[in-house]
This record gives sequence, structure tokens and C-alpha cells, in this order.
Amino acid sequence: MPDIDPIALIGWSVSPMVRSTDKTEAQMLLEVITGAVENAGITRREVDFTCAGSCDYVAGQAFSFVQNIDAIGAWPPKRDSHVEMDGAWAMYEAWLRLQLGDIDVAVAMGSGRSSTADPALIYPMEMDPYYLAPLGTDAASFAALQARALIDAGKVTERQMAEVAARARRDATGNPNAQVSGDFDVDTLLAEDYVRSPLRRHDLPPITDGACAVVIARADKARELCDNPVWISGFAHYSELHYPGMRDLTASPSTTLAAKAAGLEEAPVEVAELQSAFTHEEPLLVEALGLAPDVPVNPSGGPLAANPIMATGLVRIAEAATEIRDRGRQRTLAHSTSGPCLQQNLVCVLEGGSK
Amino acid sequence: MSHQPCAIVGIGQTHHKKARRDVSYAGLAREAAVRALDDANMTWSDIDAVVVGKAPDLFEGVMKPELYLTDALGATGKPMFRVHTAGSVGGTTGIVAAHHVESGRHQRVLAVALEKQSEGNAQFALGSGRGASIGAGGAFAPYMRLYMKRTGAPDDIGPMVAVKDRQNALKNPYAHLKLADISLDTVKASPMMWDPVRFLESCPSSDGACAVVFTDEDGGKAAAADGRPPAWILGSAVRSEPSSFPGRDPVRPQGAVDCAADVFAQAGITDPLGQIDCAELYVPFSWYEPMWLEAHDIAGPTEGWKMVERGDTALDGSFPVNMSGGVLSSNPIGASGLLRFADAALQVRGMAGEHQVDGADVALAQAYGASAQYFSMWVVASSLDPFAG
Repeated sequence: MPDIDPIALIGWSVSPMVRSTDKTEAQMLLEVITGAVENAGITRREVDFTCAGSCDYVAGQAFSFVQNIDAIGAWPPKRDSHVEMDGAWAMYEAWLRLQLGDIDVAVAMGSGRSSTADPALIYPMEMDPYYLAPLGTDAASFAALQARALIDAGKVTERQMAEVAARARRDATGNPNAQVSGDFDVDTLLAEDYVRSPLRRHDLPPITDGACAVVIARADKARELCDNPVWISGFAHYSELHYPGMRDLTASPSTTLAAKAAGLEEAPVEVAELQSAFTHEEPLLVEALGLAPDVPVNPSGGPLAANPIMATGLVRIAEAATEIRDRGRQRTLAHSTSGPCLQQNLVCVLEGGSK
Repeated sequence: MSHQPCAIVGIGQTHHKKARRDVSYAGLAREAAVRALDDANMTWSDIDAVVVGKAPDLFEGVMKPELYLTDALGATGKPMFRVHTAGSVGGTTGIVAAHHVESGRHQRVLAVALEKQSEGNAQFALGSGRGASIGAGGAFAPYMRLYMKRTGAPDDIGPMVAVKDRQNALKNPYAHLKLADISLDTVKASPMMWDPVRFLESCPSSDGACAVVFTDEDGGKAAAADGRPPAWILGSAVRSEPSSFPGRDPVRPQGAVDCAADVFAQAGITDPLGQIDCAELYVPFSWYEPMWLEAHDIAGPTEGWKMVERGDTALDGSFPVNMSGGVLSSNPIGASGLLRFADAALQVRGMAGEHQVDGADVALAQAYGASAQYFSMWVVASSLDPFAG
């Protein structure tokens, strides 16, 4: 298989993360796309390809992404695509597209206004429509089953989960885009009632409206436009069985496959931004990725501080890129996920320096 | 062409019907996928990655169904990707799957596009459950009237397309509508739905799926050596533009013009009518056949309807269009685009059966979506260099 053409992030923008925005999804995207292209020092006109990630059920409307095209500035008409997946996968499609070699610059974006929907109502609908959706089991309930399996296997404790939440919220105090942040006492957190046993409120992510956009470019163009491009050194995603009952919920083999395909093991990473929206997912993912114990996880606060569904994964990539461009790191990792109990996982390895 | 060549070596589709109550949602997807794998002489384990496309999840009431379809499509332990670009999605699904190969990332990729419209109510879903949807026909009718006014097309052109496509469908074993007694009179006697579109000039609502197996150059050559002709992708393109703004021309959208120009340039086509042997175009309402022939610069202004009137676009005409019966005969919305792309590939593989165009070496496929603002097209051929010599 041919080597991967070097492609780099050259600009990105993350919206403020809020419980409920008064903006439309197109308005949120307008701001982050403008922010990302300005960050890259270009205009929309220089963008050859755009790819959006969003979800009709989160928006509560069929064809919801069609209105978002107004934010892209698709005039003259643009090469453009849309995935009903997190913006991290939109970036994956853009990354594939640039490897064809005929165009140089792409914008990928993710957006979601979860405030318009009741998660407990819509998430059962992403399950098998015949056998699982009728149970009405929502994402938090499936997460609770996985947390219980991990506790029973001795892989995590409720105290460790509370410690993950306290650390994420503490780290988020340095993130102006975070929605939940501050100092929390673990014993106080553990005194709370369960939302879905063994998950307490702090084990769950907030409900967030937000968006993110990134600009990626082929190597020559990236070097021309940017003094410090952040190179995509590996990018892969894999899926697992849909039925949680047919999986070992104490492992995440698709994460391990994605990490291997992305070349994670070739060199250590200095920071990992994981889409661990539930506290127990963090130790599970750290193990599946084979991360060293001293690798900081989610210094931005991660999804426990802000969880703009359909953009959460792309925000991880933007945060991992920021670690390189603005904080002197050389090699970082971003992860995204979709589906019940981490059914589908994506790994993106980023590197600084020249290529 | 700077990227890796990509070949189509397997195609499968379901028998499209108003309601496929004999199969589940996943069963429908699998039926098409198994046929494509059989055609490619492959098994599930040969596939490196799966790309799923469909129109709004509200049509079946299953959110992000690629998660649920992972099990049925053998995608466990593989990349599973999901595309949604409105009505053009089937075409875009094929193009994104081809990009998986053309980028050099994967060798054998399965694309599956589907819609099981009987699981829900498309009209209700188009209005997002709030009702008051005018439907696609109502949205497109003003564009068709404008085309008629602009080009002076006679009223019978639409009905002629409707008759031609339904007669073609009689030769396609997978087509949904089989209207053996269709004629200009029966079409014109059918109820007016959205002036100028009558009931028999409109697409049905179908359950159906389409699957395509893509491989790299080695895979395509191996299939050819094994006596299983591949279709080679000479070019593919997508374009999007905003729904509505002053100065937008919905009859000849700039996106449609640009998309065709892009794909023709990639394929080395300077004379579409001369170099392309046949086309599968997304025609959900009769008038869109002449409209797309002109908007994609296959035919000049007013020449689109004249081609229809002369019978050029008939199965035995000089430029056959929608040999399969098209969207007017089968319309599982999310699959309709990939069906166009796959049927074009069947033609250049010489495997279209009763609706085969003799000697088809180069075929065009197109799909469009939303307010005639999303476009996807590809040109496929029986060899990588069909214009040599």
C-alpha cells in the first residue's frame, strides 16, 4: 500500500460550548468556518473541498445539513460532502479526498445542537430497530452497563471514576470553551445519587451545543500557507458488533485496531484527547490504546467538560493539534467514537515539525 | 490522473418493491451486498472497508443505522463509513467508496446504499413530523414549468419520458414498477399532481438497496483475466450550492454545469454525445431528463427535449438514457443514486441483460439532491483508456 501523502492541519476553530445556544446550527458553523479559515490565513474561496458531520436526529429535522451549506459559502459551487457522523469522520473523508492529489485545501466541520432534543428520547433510536430500540434503552443506560462490567472485572472503581470527573473539571478551568469546570471534592461527588447505577451525574457529560471546523492541506500547500503545520501522521477507524450483549464490554478492540493502523505504537505520544464522554471510558480507552500511565488525558477537560455531539470528536483533534502548535508538544493523539458502548472508534495521530 | 485507478468488480441490487415485508431493514441491505459479493467472486472477509449511504434517517426512524447495519454487512473489525448528501447520496456513496481505493488506503471496498421507505412515511419525514411538506414534486414543479417556458418544449415531452422509462423497466428484473400497458394516453389521463407533473410522470416510493464492490487496479485486472469484466472509473465529481438566493438558476444550476464539466475533463470527454454511449440520470419526475441533458451540457439549449422527441434517449436511440427504467421505475431514495451509478457500470461490463445497450464502452451516471443543489456524477468505461486509437 502506498505511503500516506503528508497532509496537515493548518487552522481550526472551536465554538463556545453552551447548554443552549440561541444560534442556528448554520450560524454556529458560519463562525467556526470563518474562524478556521482566518486561522489558516486563507478565505473560503481557497477551499477546494468541504465535508460536514451532523445528525438529523440531533437537529430534529430531515436534511438538516442542507441549511448548513449557507455557512460553507458554496458559491461558486463547491466540491462538498456530508457524513451522518462526528466531524472527525468528516475530516477523515476530507483527508482521503486530498490524497487523490488534484486539490490542496479542505475544510471539515462538525456541529450539533443537542439542546433541541431529549437524549433519552432520541438515542434509543440509534439501536437495532427490532430488538433493541423497543427497550427504550438510552446511551446513558448502555454506558452504565459497560461501567458495571468494568467494575465487576476489577478494571475501575466508582472512586476512580469520580477522580476522572474531578480532574477533567479541574483541567477545564483553563479552557475558555468549557461548559463545566471547577474544583470538586471526590467524596462529595461520590455522595450523590446514581443517575443510572453505577453512574452518577459527574460520570455523564453535559448536554452541549457547539461546533468545530478545521482546515487541512496537502504538504506543499500547508508549508506555503503555514509556518507550523500540524501533520496527520496516522488516521484510522474501525467498528465492532452493534449488539452490546455480544461484545466483551471490558475491552475496546476497535480502538486497538485503529491505534495500530494509525501507527500509534511507533512512538510515544505526549498528550491524548479522548472522546470519553463517560468517566469509565477513559481507563478503558487508555488500556486499549496502550498509553503510558504518565500521558496526560484530556487536558482540555474533554467531553466531560463540553460534549457537542457530532463535533465532540473533531474538537478532540483541534485540541490535540493545539497542544502541538501552541504548547510545544511534538506528537499527540485524538480519539473519537460513535454508537453504544464505544461501538466505533477513530484514532488520529498528529505530529509537529517538518515533513 | 494522479490517483490510483479504481475498478468496479461486483454489483448487486434487490428486487425493488413498494414494501419488502419479507426482509428486515438489515436483510434488505444484505440481500444487495451478498449479490455484489457473489458477482465479485468474493466473500465478506475479502472486504477491507464498508461505506453506507442513505437519505434521512427519519425515513425509517433509525438514527445512524450504519451502527446497526455493521453486523449484517460484515463490517465488524473494519472501517464503517456513513454518507448522507440528500438525494445525491447514493452517487456520493459510490464516489466516497471509490476514494477509499483511489487514495491508496484500501484495496477492496463495499458500498451499500439503501432505503426501506415502507418502514415510515417519507412525506411525513420530509416535513420532519411537522406536516405541511409540499413534497419533492411540489418543490420541483416550478423549475419544470420554467424549463418548459424557457425552451418552448411541447407538453408531451414529459409523458414521453415517462412512457420510455417504464417500458425500459419491463426489461429490468429488479425494477419496482412494471406498467405493461403504459402509453402516452394513460400517462396523460393520470391525475395531475403538481402541474406539469402527473401521477404517472412521478417516481414511486420503494424499498430497495444497491451494493457495489470496488477494487484497485490489480483487482480489476485480475477480474478481467478471470472473465469477469470490470468497469473502470474514468472520473467522478461532486458539487453543492446553496438552496436559494437571488440569481440562482434552478433549471440550470451552476453546480450541475460545473460537476459535469469536472467529470468530463477527468474522463477526457470533449464531445459527450459522441463519446458517451449511454447515461443513467436521476430523473424522479419526467421533465428532469431533458433538463439534465441540457444543464450538464450533454445537449445544447432546447436540444434536450428535442432528443426526447426524436427518440434519441430510447433504449435503441443514439444516446439511451435510463435503460434500467430509472428513478421513475424504482425509487428507494437513498439507493437511487447508487443504482444509477451501478446500472451505468453494468452497461460497460456488458451485464445489463435485456436492457443492455449494444457495445456500450463508456457510460455516464448522475444523481442530484435537495433543492436540485447537490450533484454527484461519474463516468465509467470498459477499459482505462477507451478513447485510445
